[in-house]
Amino acid sequence: MRAGPLIRVILVALLLAAAATAVAIFVPWLPDQASEEAGRTDFVFWFVTAICIGIFAIVAAISVYSFVKFRVRPDDDSDGPPVHGHTGIEIVWTVVPLILVVAMLVVSSVALARNDRVPADHLRVEVLGQQFAWVFAYPEEGMEVGKHKLACIDRETRLIADRCKTSPNLRLPVGRSTRLYLTAREVIHSFFVPEFRLKQDAVPGMTTAITITPTKRGDYPVICTELCGLGHALMRSRAIVTSAAEFERWRRSPSGENGDTSP
Amino acid sequence: MAPGWLRAAWMTALFFGIGFGLVAGIRAFAGWDPAIDWEPIITVAALTMAPIGFLSGLGAFDYWLGWAFGAPTRPDDHSGHGARSWSDYFRINTDHKVIGIQYVTTTIVFFLVGGMLAMLVRAELARPEANFVDPQTYNELFTAHAALMIFLFVIPAFAGLANYVLPIMIGAPDMAFPRLNALSYWLLPIAGIMMLASFFFPGFGAGWTNYAPLAVEQPFGNVFFSMAVQWAGASSIATALNFLVTIITMRAPGMTFWRMPLLVWANFTTSLLVVIATPFIAGSQFFVMFDKVMHTNFFDFAEGGYPLGYQHIFWFYSHPAVYIMMLPGFGIASEVISAMSRKPIFGYRLMALSLMAILILGFSVWAHHMFVAGMAPWLRVPMMVTTLLIAVPTGIKVFSWLATTWEGRINFATPMLWAVGFVSMFVIGGLSGIFLGAVPIVIHTSDTYFVVAHIHYVLLGGSLFTIFAGIYYWFPKMTGRMYNETLGKVHFWLSFLAFNATFFPMHIIGVQGMPRRVYTYDPQFGNWNLFITISSFVLGASFIIFVYNMIVSWRSGKPAPSNPWRALTLEWQVSSPPPLFNFDEIPQVVGNPYEYGVPGARHAILSGERAPTGEAETVQR
Ligand SMILES: [Cu+2]
Ligand SMILES: [Cu+2]
Repeated sequence: MRAGPLIRVILVALLLAAAATAVAIFVPWLPDQASEEAGRTDFVFWFVTAICIGIFAIVAAISVYSFVKFRVRPDDDSDGPPVHGHTGIEIVWTVVPLILVVAMLVVSSVALARNDRVPADHLRVEVLGQQFAWVFAYPEEGMEVGKHKLACIDRETRLIADRCKTSPNLRLPVGRSTRLYLTAREVIHSFFVPEFRLKQDAVPGMTTAITITPTKRGDYPVICTELCGLGHALMRSRAIVTSAAEFERWRRSPSGENGDTSP
Repeated sequence: MAPGWLRAAWMTALFFGIGFGLVAGIRAFAGWDPAIDWEPIITVAALTMAPIGFLSGLGAFDYWLGWAFGAPTRPDDHSGHGARSWSDYFRINTDHKVIGIQYVTTTIVFFLVGGMLAMLVRAELARPEANFVDPQTYNELFTAHAALMIFLFVIPAFAGLANYVLPIMIGAPDMAFPRLNALSYWLLPIAGIMMLASFFFPGFGAGWTNYAPLAVEQPFGNVFFSMAVQWAGASSIATALNFLVTIITMRAPGMTFWRMPLLVWANFTTSLLVVIATPFIAGSQFFVMFDKVMHTNFFDFAEGGYPLGYQHIFWFYSHPAVYIMMLPGFGIASEVISAMSRKPIFGYRLMALSLMAILILGFSVWAHHMFVAGMAPWLRVPMMVTTLLIAVPTGIKVFSWLATTWEGRINFATPMLWAVGFVSMFVIGGLSGIFLGAVPIVIHTSDTYFVVAHIHYVLLGGSLFTIFAGIYYWFPKMTGRMYNETLGKVHFWLSFLAFNATFFPMHIIGVQGMPRRVYTYDPQFGNWNLFITISSFVLGASFIIFVYNMIVSWRSGKPAPSNPWRALTLEWQVSSPPPLFNFDEIPQVVGNPYEYGVPGARHAILSGERAPTGEAETVQR
């Protein structure tokens, strides 16, 4: 590549990168960020986005330049120069993507490991997915955790122990990590709160788990994201994040009369 | 009685009767009540026996059965070879060129049906509320859409195009097993009709992924999918074996592996993928069907079954299936881009090797579909590593295609528009794939519209665009007539713009948190969905232009020369359409297939030509 085309390709690339960056910034992509985990996920998201914008700009610039510049003129029957390859360039476009891939792998793995940590003083909530509603169960202090990592829900009978407070909405205290243990009654469901950037399937006969550390008080949608039958689209609930004191008040109130329908 | 449609009709009925008698007889004998239970009868008699009767009636097994029973047979019996009239396309035909056209036209019919289903899905989604179909019908619409597009369009359409051109490209008179080839084709309509028939027996509404236990809980119609996959899968496997043997044993003298066109390389790797992976989806659907019909408990957790087991088996096929649906398109793109740029493929060997790298890596990434499924958490990291590593060989291919166009003499005829359209859309699909490979991000994006956007950039902007590139590129060869160039370009630009308007916004609503496979959704996504629906209708309408162009051009297009693109590969060195056995005499291959611009270079010498004398020769045009 001579200097002329190189400069022009770079100019086109910068233009395209600017356009793509504008799309990334001005389109409201990610929903509100309401958990510590979301912060780490968003960092990976923007890290990967930046790399992708770079790759996109370079590839698109070369394409645009080539497609415009090297169009055949009418009645030109000649062939292009018989270039069969270029070992140097081929090594570059093997090794550079490899380095970028490794960078993305490292960033992703670190974020994943941090998001998977289970702090010692976490709150425990058990989740039962069923057609077509969620049940959130809060074990009493000191309740024994059974062999399936569950204290409230019996995985075989799928009954919920009386001593557990249950709620159709997920109630969480702000600023404290909660470990969610999920299982399902008949088919697979998936627990998803976009503002927490967290999703986990609830599988019948299994116990799966995620950690949520809410950072913002509020009322967020809980969405089922695994096709679970006719009511799948309607299988929604709410995640209500309150102050620790308010959460404790709610938790001590008896099930069923605790204002679950109001925020 | 002679093989044909009449015999097929009564043999279908006869075999249905045998299946009926078998089930009813066994049930009566065992004292089960009722003896005539329609669910097992349909499973055995209609979905298993009747197709065998149909194929026997058409004559798919006549030669083999005759041989087995000692009737006189001739291995080189060509009585069913070639097409002299249109009716020869509606019988068992052993000519790979006829079979190729049978494949392509049949798959386009299923593409149009699948597209129609997508239009209905989009109509329901135009507004946030539930509008005009009930939830079960909605689930069946998107399920059948995906199943038809994957199993009866993309995979067999590639098999059909390759069926036509691959034997000619390697200088062979036909495929290695012409009778098996005929059988492979006739399995397809059976699978397609079975999938569509599921609408009359509701129940095929668990998504094309058909996850257990939901699939087992579905109404009876789900069995139609499980069996249709068996017939389509058998077709795929038979064709892949045929390609492998053809490529390995029937290359013309001088056609070494390193002289094969990249389309042949692509189908070689694809066939390996098909042969190794397809039995897994067959297994997954058998197990689901057994759970459903016979109350086995492979996936019934209450009886010790393992629901995630289904997903592991399913994706062990269905991830490689992504490459089964991509690699042949890579091959087509390589042929078109090189010929239309008048330049050799840049980095030919690395192009072939990266296909092999994708083949191997492709088998080690299946669980990236299960990052939130609840599998062993540690497994997510190695799966992420292999998944992102595939970006490297894929990137090599994209860069090499672009380098091939660099300083070329690019002719933007319709096939080239589709080929470069594919490259650019595939770049976007590849980049969005990274967001579905990096675990922290995919925990947020999985099962949202982001995934829907990604698969359509890869399978529509990718596979479909290369299928169109292939159809337009080889249309003159297949039909002996030119298509209408203006209509071809209008088709491309309309599809290209409408495609992006339809699917790009899905990235946005996906990241914002709209789940997939829902008929009603949060009103905040209403405006985007309305826009997407309108765009999708334009996209759907653009294919009317394609169908019109194909039909009219086939009937009355201007006669095509043998080599309208001045390409060097062998299929362009014979007449359009080629003679009955492709070559008067097997050609002698003497060089590489993409030597554009190399003075005196030859790919092959055909009979009747003098041997090259070196520098005096010019590139064959
Ligand atoms: Cu659901
Ligand atoms: Cu995959």
